[in-house]
Amino acid sequence: MDPTPSTAADSTAMESSRDRTPLGALGVAERTQADATPVEERDVVFDCQQVGVRYSGTRALRDVDLKIHSNAVTALIGPSGCGKSTFLRCLNRMNDLIPGAAVDGQIFYHGEELYQPQVDAIEVRKRIGMVFQKPNPFPKSIYDNIAFGPRVLGMKKDLDERIEQTLRRAALWDEVKDRLKEGALGLSGGQQQRLCIARALAVEPDVILMDEPCSALDPISTSAIEDLMLSLTNDYTVVIVTHNMQQAARVADMTAFFSVDQGETGTRCGVLIEVDRTERIFTNPAHERTEAYVTGRFG
Amino acid sequence: MQATHPSSAPGGRPRLAATSRRLGERAIIGTLALAAGISVLVTVGIVIALLVPSIEFFAEISPAEFFGTATWAPLFEPPAFGVIPLIVGTLSTTLWACLICLPLGLGTAIYLSEYARPRVRQTVKPILEVLAGIPTVVLGYFALTVLTPTLRTLGWEVEIFNAFSAGVIIGVLLLPTVASLSEDAMTAVPRSLREGSFGLGANRFQVSTRVVVPAAISGIIASFVLAVSRAIGETTIVLLAAGQLARTSFWPGDSVMTMTAFIAGTGSGDVPTGSIEYKTIFAVGLTLFVITLILNIISIRLVRRFREVYE
Ligand SMILES: Nc1ncnc2c1ncn2[C@@H]1O[C@H](COP(=O)(O)OP(=O)(O)O)[C@@H](O)[C@H]1O
Ligand SMILES: [Mg+2]
Repeated sequence: MDPTPSTAADSTAMESSRDRTPLGALGVAERTQADATPVEERDVVFDCQQVGVRYSGTRALRDVDLKIHSNAVTALIGPSGCGKSTFLRCLNRMNDLIPGAAVDGQIFYHGEELYQPQVDAIEVRKRIGMVFQKPNPFPKSIYDNIAFGPRVLGMKKDLDERIEQTLRRAALWDEVKDRLKEGALGLSGGQQQRLCIARALAVEPDVILMDEPCSALDPISTSAIEDLMLSLTNDYTVVIVTHNMQQAARVADMTAFFSVDQGETGTRCGVLIEVDRTERIFTNPAHERTEAYVTGRFG
Repeated sequence: MQATHPSSAPGGRPRLAATSRRLGERAIIGTLALAAGISVLVTVGIVIALLVPSIEFFAEISPAEFFGTATWAPLFEPPAFGVIPLIVGTLSTTLWACLICLPLGLGTAIYLSEYARPRVRQTVKPILEVLAGIPTVVLGYFALTVLTPTLRTLGWEVEIFNAFSAGVIIGVLLLPTVASLSEDAMTAVPRSLREGSFGLGANRFQVSTRVVVPAAISGIIASFVLAVSRAIGETTIVLLAAGQLARTSFWPGDSVMTMTAFIAGTGSGDVPTGSIEYKTIFAVGLTLFVITLILNIISIRLVRRFREVYE
């Protein structure tokens, strides 16, 4: 089983050897990372090749080639409507739930193609958790929110302990420890979002996807969640969509810039412009369109 | 009244007094209050109309006899006024109706809202609505002339009139109501809650039963309550298919008389106004009303207790 998640304070423990059963045919490589390893040299968690998405035949995204490395925060930035959420939702097969959505290209998750027929989307989502733009706690107690994932996955042993550790990990324990049986909707927006992060952590995923997790929050809550994200990279791979470039600059090791290509017939389609280390994207991008966007000259 | 000058006072500053727009609003509120008042008045009127003959009835027949004995023969000589057989008859047909319409209705709702593709949903929903629109007299004859003979062919020795056939067909009648109202409640559950649970690796069944149904529970219970009340109050089908034999039997193959069947059957006969038979009808009607009322109160409590409010 998994080592118990370390608390936010105890962030020196870098390695986390995970004993994971393979999704389908192939085994998932064990992860051992030294803190000093440059991001690009860490294990590749997602290797996306020519990924595209159509909604009811209309293309929303095409030709995304992107590698996402382990134990790092990768930010997806770009103007609204360029397909950031669409791409993120490909990574845990969330687009399967949208009638009419079709994904093309290939996404290798630890070497295993996510969209091959024998892969079970539910297995994928157990390993690749998701946090949404708007906090969406279940209308249940705080305890039941965190317990939901472990319960549906049959991880019922030591549930109380798991819940405490998860809440500590999400830096929420002290605020809620006396009201675990109270409704989660009584929490503030920022607390709700941290609860949603904790809920995702409770099933011991490998990757956490976050779609603009702070866009509905005040600056103090945002800062709390950013700190949390940074601490998560010790144990998890984080992919975050954000429209806030300062946020990308603050939290992300790698940044991918998406934009919209206007077809001659007026069709709009999202594309990946470039991906690089965050500081290079913001100081010395390879592509003009990136520069125009990060310097605010985007039209 | 003041403020005929709506926009500004002599000083040039806007005035804060009511304008004509506010008066229009008041007229609307008044109309709405009137509508609400009329429905309250009608309800009170019905209750009084039930109460007055019932009180006269209980002046002649003691409540102890009415509620405490189990022989119902108000039109015979000597008459007997024990309402228990009618209550049992009603409970018996209602039980079968509920066993059909509550699980199947909820199952249909879960299927339609969580599993069915849009095309399937668009076909199934109109079919359900047609089912809800079949006149009860047709369903009653169906129970009597198709369902009961079929049960006998299958080797179950039910009586010609029996509680089971009537109850099952009432269940069929109410299934669309339960399915449709529950489905509405489930469709209203925000998509984000479903995504949140799918994102944790839950399967569709777990999402439906652990997130969507609990979040929609007040609407679902409301649909159940409506169905139970209507099963209790259903008249035509029981009159045609369950019979007119008042006896205290829960055996599904037995003929029973429900409270509604008594009221409709006796009321349509030749009963002189003011006679004890006439008052009996109201006493049974009042009993029916009180039972339904208690049921509604209990269910409102239940809904409050189990409601999971989203936002
Ligand atoms: N469920 C959907 N059905 C149809 N089109 C969609 C759906 N979701 C997104 N799109 C379209 O795909 C494009 C990219 O959307 P999205 O991924 O949400 O962009 P972003 O997150 O970058 O703002 C937009 O043009 C949007 O209209
Ligand atoms: Mg988006």
